[in-house]
Amino acid sequence: MIESLFQNILNALQWGSFYSLIALGYCLVYGVLLLINFAHGDIFMVGAYISFFVVTFLLGNFGLIPGLPHWAVLALAVPLVMILTAGVGVTLERIAYRPLRRKGAHRLYVVITALMCGLILENGNLALLGASRRNFPALVDETVITVGGVNMTVLKLAVIVVAVLSFLFLRKVVVKTKIGMAMRAISYDKFAVPLMGIPVDTVIVFTFVLGSGFAGLAGLLFAMTYPVLDPYMGAMIGWKAFIAAVVGGIGSIRGAFAGGFLLGFVEIMVVAFFPSTFRDLIAFTILLLILWRKPTGLFGVARRTKI
Amino acid sequence: MTTTTTTPLQKFTVPVLLLAALAALCFGAQSGMMNLYVQSVIMFMGINIILSSSLNIVNGYMGEFACGHAGFMAVGAYVSSILSVWLFADDAVFGTAVLSPSLAVWLFPVVILAGGVAAAFAGLLVAVPSFKTRGDYLAIITIAANYIVKSTIENVGAIGGARGFMGMGRVTKAMDASLPLPWMMIWVFAGTVMTVWLINRFVSSTQGKGIIAICQDEIAAEIMSVNTNKMKIVAFMLSSGLAGVAGGLFAHVLGYVNPGSFTIMKSTECMVMVYLGGMGSLGGSVLSAVLFTLLLEALRPLQIIKWVVIPLMLVLLMQFRPEGIMGNRELPQLFPKLKKFYKFK
Amino acid sequence: MALLEITNLTQYFGGLCAVSDFNASFEGRELMALIGPNGAGKTTVFNLVSGFYQPSEGSIVFGGVNTRGMKPHEVTGLGIARTFQNIRLWHDMTVLDNIRVSQHYHLGYGVADNFFRTKRYRQREERIESTAMEVLEALDLARFASELPKNLPYGVQRRVEIARALSLRPRLLLLDEPAAGLNSADVEGLISLVRWIYDNYDIAIWMIEHQMQVVMNLCTWIKVVDFGSTIAEGTPEQIQNNPDVIKAYLGDDTI
Repeated sequence: MIESLFQNILNALQWGSFYSLIALGYCLVYGVLLLINFAHGDIFMVGAYISFFVVTFLLGNFGLIPGLPHWAVLALAVPLVMILTAGVGVTLERIAYRPLRRKGAHRLYVVITALMCGLILENGNLALLGASRRNFPALVDETVITVGGVNMTVLKLAVIVVAVLSFLFLRKVVVKTKIGMAMRAISYDKFAVPLMGIPVDTVIVFTFVLGSGFAGLAGLLFAMTYPVLDPYMGAMIGWKAFIAAVVGGIGSIRGAFAGGFLLGFVEIMVVAFFPSTFRDLIAFTILLLILWRKPTGLFGVARRTKI
Repeated sequence: MTTTTTTPLQKFTVPVLLLAALAALCFGAQSGMMNLYVQSVIMFMGINIILSSSLNIVNGYMGEFACGHAGFMAVGAYVSSILSVWLFADDAVFGTAVLSPSLAVWLFPVVILAGGVAAAFAGLLVAVPSFKTRGDYLAIITIAANYIVKSTIENVGAIGGARGFMGMGRVTKAMDASLPLPWMMIWVFAGTVMTVWLINRFVSSTQGKGIIAICQDEIAAEIMSVNTNKMKIVAFMLSSGLAGVAGGLFAHVLGYVNPGSFTIMKSTECMVMVYLGGMGSLGGSVLSAVLFTLLLEALRPLQIIKWVVIPLMLVLLMQFRPEGIMGNRELPQLFPKLKKFYKFK
Repeated sequence: MALLEITNLTQYFGGLCAVSDFNASFEGRELMALIGPNGAGKTTVFNLVSGFYQPSEGSIVFGGVNTRGMKPHEVTGLGIARTFQNIRLWHDMTVLDNIRVSQHYHLGYGVADNFFRTKRYRQREERIESTAMEVLEALDLARFASELPKNLPYGVQRRVEIARALSLRPRLLLLDEPAAGLNSADVEGLISLVRWIYDNYDIAIWMIEHQMQVVMNLCTWIKVVDFGSTIAEGTPEQIQNNPDVIKAYLGDDTI
């Protein structure tokens, strides 16, 4: 009994790590632009696909280069995937969001654009690569280690560690660095900030680099853990991660991180005690109740309206 | 202005045109001039008009960002389908028909309305949280509501769960048997006209303008004596109730429903139609629903690329004409001369 | 019975005490001013009176009814109408519709009446429209009836906002800095407008105002607040010579 509890906690931590990593990206962009980047889940999906191609390429499966050993592939893949995925996020920002922002368009129009960009990524991918699912090659040793009745793999632990480190890193960036300060300043007053000599566009691009980069990392880890890829994998997990970010209190890094793990826990625990088809039903009901009681989320702070 | 008098021409243009359209549709369907494909496209057009104009109440006139319209559609679809199968058809789960199938013709609108009422009450699921919450948080609540509805249906085995629910075809056949007319065409037409007519009445009244005031400045609305909570309930219930009507019609046109038809994707389609037509423009919603339906059919040969082209078009629309086709204006404001010829109220 | 009786009103925002132990009363028709430096808590008092905030402590009794726990629209229904410091008209709705929507409390028909356009609906809508036009005509705004407020000059927007508040047929009108942003000609117009309203309607008026010209010309009683508490009150003459008031406004550095 106690073993299965620990096992579930471990699974929940791993599952929550994915949500957290994606929720962090939502949170960064929202924190700066007050924009729900609905395409973020799909950027995660693109990240997973990029990982697939990068890893296959580095393993020499395309025959362009001789194959590298697995550890080298992994070491090269992490930065490459992060950079390439960040490129996708930044491209999106450049061609879709920035022109709207320049025109001073209503926030809603940007949100709709984001939603549509997500659809374009999903279906564009499907149109380009076809509906066949991709199998991600195994990179790390899958041996199951059993400690006190709890099964774990190196990968499982690595996912959790990476999520926690990413959180600490992003928090440090936002709270301590100069560019993090600029990010927070933009969210307060985007008209005053350029007057203070802060290059707004650079800061926003940086935000997208961070958010999308970590979505790419999540994509790589996800593909390694669940090695089957399909173009719609990002939509569902993205919506859920977004809900997690909101329940945590959108705009708060801590909130996004905690919200992701909360959702992971709720889902795993529901599956542990109920039929797995009840997962969404119960998980969303719980989240709805939380928002009902605490409309600004767990860590969110209500902004007082002045009249 | 209420002081202007109505000329006979203004009074009769709209009813005469509508009757003529209905007669033409019935004749076309009955004589075989329109094949089944054309008929179903026309019916989906009507259903899409109901969906887009009802979502426009909340997303356009009230300025919220609700993205769970398909959830309410699902409630209406299932409630009316179950009712109609239980009442008028012999079914493996619900046993023999409770009422004579010949009554189906007359009681069908009641069944559809019952679905609408059920969906309206489901609308409370998002209306109540909307008292305190706006914008992004409310968007989440609507998404979650959509998932909850879909997931609930998937988990009830008696109504088919994820496989779906069938048997409505027998009800439409029963209607056909008692009086050979294209009944679904007639009901969809009636539902569409009723929806547009109700919404037009609502938003042109002082009462309905309360929700436009909420959109433009909620605090001022509350302090200027608008009971914002009550107005939000009315707006959400009206919107989701009409979505339920659309769902009921949708289920009966297809003859079966399954939860997979009511995903966030479907909700997104509804939103596309609203923003394509223009927020706060009823005429825009009608027009964009018609265009969108035709577009979907025209792009059918493109298969999956269709779903790249349509979002791309909306992205371009947002860049170059974000207010939508009609902006927030109505037909008579764009063409003042038309006022002479008709009055719609 | 007093029209409005405010006793020991106190409001905290987190640790900040925005209003402390505030008392005021309107015996009947009066024209009173509430003045004080920026951030003194004047608008907070108005927000409390109009029901937008719930007071931390103290009570507000209007016409014998304690307004604690009432929603803003209910308070407005009792007969308190207000304007805002920054104009809060519904800018994409015609001036006439702005006034019409403000009749929501006197709507008198339900959703079903609306859908079926019953006799009651038609009568009430006619009444609402005629009330709205009456108010617009009285304030010389009828020619702007079908304009959008965002296209009107600032001074006219202020008048529309006052018209909107008046159309609620209030017994107490709260004006929050009605002269803010007006040029001197408009200020003259505003003074005569407020006096005209006071003379022609059965109404008490309470205004927050920084321009002493307006306050001294119109008001018979002035309350001065600073840091949330009342530091002086009296007739315009008494206030002008009150050392505490001078100190609050000009500082107490001796020259």
